[in-house]
Formats: sequence, structure tokens, C-alpha cells
Amino acid sequence: MPFVSPEVFLKERVQAIQDYSLLTGRAVANIFTGPHYWDDVFTQMDSIGVGSMPIVILTGFFTGCVLALQSASSLEEFGAISMTGNLVALSMVKELGPVLTGLMISGRNASGMASELGSMKVTEQIDAMRALGTDPTRKLVTPRLIATVFMLFFLTIVSDAVGIAGGALVSVALLGLNASSYFHASYRSLTYAGITQGLVKPLFSGFIIATVGCYFGMNTKGGTQGVGRATTQAVVVSSVFIIVVDFLVSRAMIGFFGSQ
Amino acid sequence: MPSNTTPAIAPDHASLDWPSRDPSLEGPGIPVVSFEGVSIKFDIKPVLEDISFTVMPAETRVILGPAGCGKSVLMKLANGLLKPDKGTIRVFGHDVTKMRETDLYRLRARIGMVFQESALFDSLSVEDNVAYRLHEEKVPPEEAHARVVESLKFVELEQAIAKFPSELSGGMRRRVSIARAIITKPDLILYDSPTGGLDPITSTTIVELVVKQRDVSHTTSLLITHRLQDAFTLAMHRFDPKTGHMEPIPDGGIDPSTKFLVLNEGKVVFDGSTDELVHSEDPWLKAYLS
Repeated sequence: MPFVSPEVFLKERVQAIQDYSLLTGRAVANIFTGPHYWDDVFTQMDSIGVGSMPIVILTGFFTGCVLALQSASSLEEFGAISMTGNLVALSMVKELGPVLTGLMISGRNASGMASELGSMKVTEQIDAMRALGTDPTRKLVTPRLIATVFMLFFLTIVSDAVGIAGGALVSVALLGLNASSYFHASYRSLTYAGITQGLVKPLFSGFIIATVGCYFGMNTKGGTQGVGRATTQAVVVSSVFIIVVDFLVSRAMIGFFGSQ
Repeated sequence: MPSNTTPAIAPDHASLDWPSRDPSLEGPGIPVVSFEGVSIKFDIKPVLEDISFTVMPAETRVILGPAGCGKSVLMKLANGLLKPDKGTIRVFGHDVTKMRETDLYRLRARIGMVFQESALFDSLSVEDNVAYRLHEEKVPPEEAHARVVESLKFVELEQAIAKFPSELSGGMRRRVSIARAIITKPDLILYDSPTGGLDPITSTTIVELVVKQRDVSHTTSLLITHRLQDAFTLAMHRFDPKTGHMEPIPDGGIDPSTKFLVLNEGKVVFDGSTDELVHSEDPWLKAYLS
């Protein structure tokens, strides 16, 4: 990697932030003005939402399983093994469900968006679209933004549900707990504040995945090597953003609802 | 080929409401494209420096020059896909350097562009690629299909209508790209190296299509090439509607509507007719042409 002067480095970063902000602003503004490409929105919903179901279910299920398994030994020391359901449900709904789903979707779809749009960019398809009188942000970015935010919300709910089910399976089959008491404890642990926190996070994560993936795709330079670089950067940046924003949202929600 | 195979696509461009349209800047004798002192650089490297030339209505302007001299950049500037650092570019009387992107989309409805590597949309079939602009304009499906068939007939590729770009050869992709560019019967066509990377026989097929479009529709066009033989084929041939093929202009004649612009290292080294080009005394030009 060539060394650049601090001035050039800073200018490049500021330019990147400006470009990202402009792209994001245009993509959001396009939601409120026509024309809309609803066919593309539904195609993306199918690709991002339905296509991601297997990894979300598997990740959520086994996270719930391992959470129950690991927490049970610690809870047993305090004679609180019956609280396993509380711990699994609370962890899944407030934190692990949203974050892990966000990270999995980021790995699958931010990379997919960056590589697809990046390939279009280096083969001049984006320029061709502009030459044919179509706004690429409206046609390519806005549908992905709407689809990701909308579908990640429901994928997170699926992940939470199968995580709690996975915890139940381990608790009943391996730890010998009563299924009814597990689900009762899970249900009682969930509060309005906790659920709200868990459902607000995927809205931010979806926004980050779509905008970061599309930004790196639309700004790809340097042929096929550039597409590979854009894909990697999209996954890394969106994953880090998701975790940072998760912390910020958690802090904001605790400030708003209290530490329930 | 009879002239009725020309795509009969005539959206009434004149009726479009152009935000900054000045009727006094359009018409016979007024350039369709004009570059005035245009310069652009990428990072610190100058790509084009002080480029000035005009393209008159019904003129075919061949842009020649060695690889990397800025030909494709010039083409993208003409379509407003890039903005110059300096100078003015007028297309149909509009200063594209000052237009907003939303206004440029409307102006581009009058411009067809054939990209260097075709730039067909991978995920769309040939029919959807060619009909892309019609779909955007909400043309009824039956009418769009008829116009796609007509446009594909023009490039003699109607049998490939249901195929996808990945199933086509390089030459076929280039022909589909031409069909996509001409489907709305544009007033200006930009060909960015339409024969680049193709074998000589396929190149001649593509040049024949350009000659056909020039002689049948008399559309103003800019064509980039670095192949001298393609440029001179274009200048010395005409399309014969009776045989459906191009033929040499008798007695070594030259098409008067075909003119040349030669670039080298981002600067204009020649701007004129075919005759002036072949009789130029410029040492670099003589070496380049030989």
C-alpha cells in the first residue's frame, strides 16, 4: 500500500464522508419522490429477506442453544438454573438477535451489493444507465435501502424466535428443565423497553448495510481487483458500523427507557 | 436492406419541455455539439487540454488517436457523464457543463450512446436491454416489443431477442448496444470504440451498421476508433438500400458528411475533412497515418 501525505489522506477521508452523505441523502430523498421502482424493491426483498432466511435461522437457533448451555452452568452455581429462559430471551431479543442478524446480513448482502454494483460500475453499466436517462441512485440504491431496512426488521424477529426455541431445546433436552417454566420465564423477562430496543436496532443496521454496500459498489475503481476491494471494505465497514451504532442505540434507549 | 427497416421510433422530442432550451441555438448551420476550450484532468494528470471543435447537423465526426489520448473521456464529456474542469460544451444548444443531472437525463433522451464494451445490463434479456428506454418512458408492452423487433432487424439480430448478454459473442453484444442506442431514433449518436476488441470481419459488420445509420437516418454522430481502416471505410463507403450492404463510393469518392478529429496526448492535432487529413503535412500525423 503506497504511503500518502497526511493532507491527502485527510482530504480523501473527508471526500469519502461527503460522497457517502450525498449518496445516502439522495437515496432517502428518492423514497418521497417518484418515479419508484417497486419491481426492484420486491426483487431485492426476495433476495435479501427470503434468501437470507437459512443463515438467519441457523445462526439464531445455535446462538440460542449455546447461550442456554453456557449460562446454565453459571446460573446453577447460584441455584438459579430456572432463570435460563430469562437470560436467553433477554439476550436474544435485546442484543444478540439484532446484532448477529445484522452482521450475518452484512456479510451476505453488503458484500453482494458492493460486488454487484461494483461490477456494473467497472463494466460501464452505471454510465449506460445514466446515458439512458435513468438515475442510478433511484434505480439501484433506493430499492436496496427500502428492502434491507424492511426485511432486516422481520429477519431479526425470526432470529429472536428461533434463538429462544434453540435455548428451549437445550434447556429441556440437555439440562432437564421444564419447557413450560422455560417459556414462562422467557415471556416474563421481556419488557416493552427491551422489545423496542431490539426492534429499533435492525432499522439502523439495515440502513447501514444498504448504504455502505451501495456506496462502495457505486464508487468502485480499478477493474475486477477494485470489485474485490470494494466488497471487502463494504463488509468490514458495515460490520464495524453496526457494532458501534448498536452501542449508541443501546445507550440512547437506556437513557430513554431506563435500564429495564 | 429497404429503408423501412429503420426503427420507426419517433418520440416527439420537439414537444419536450426543455428548461433551458433556446431555439436560436438549434437548427441548420448551428452545431449540434460544440467544445470550447475544454480541459479536464484526473488527479494531477491532464487528460484533455484546451479542446475546441464543432459537429454540424447530419455530420459524422470520427475521433482518431492512439490509446490513452482521452477519446473516451471526450465522449463522456459530450454526454454530460463527466464535467470538465474548464471550458464549455454545448449539445443542442444546451451548456451541459452547467446543467443539473436531472435536466441532463431529459437531454439524454435525444442522445444514443454505444459503449466501448457494450455495457449491456447482464440481468436483462436482449429484448429488455433494447427496450430499456421505452420501459422507462412507460411505452405500452406491445408497442415496445414491435419497436424492439424493428430495431433488432436493423442490426440483423432479431433471432437473439430472448437471449441474455452472456449468451452473445462480442460482436453480437456490440450490435445489441447499437440497437439500444437507436431505438428512440436519437438526434445524436455517440459511438465509443464500437469496433474495439473485435476481429476484422465483425468490425466491418459494425462499421456497415454505422454507415447504414448515417446514410439512412442522417443522424449526427461522433465515433471513436483507433483503427484507421475502420475510419477510412466509413469515409469511403456508402450504404446501398437496394443490396442492403455498403459499397465503395464510386471513383474513389469520399463521403462529405464524414469528418475527422485527431487527438494526441490530450490535444487536438487535426480537425477537418478526409481529404485534408490524407494530405496533411504534419509529421506526427503522417507517421500516425502510415
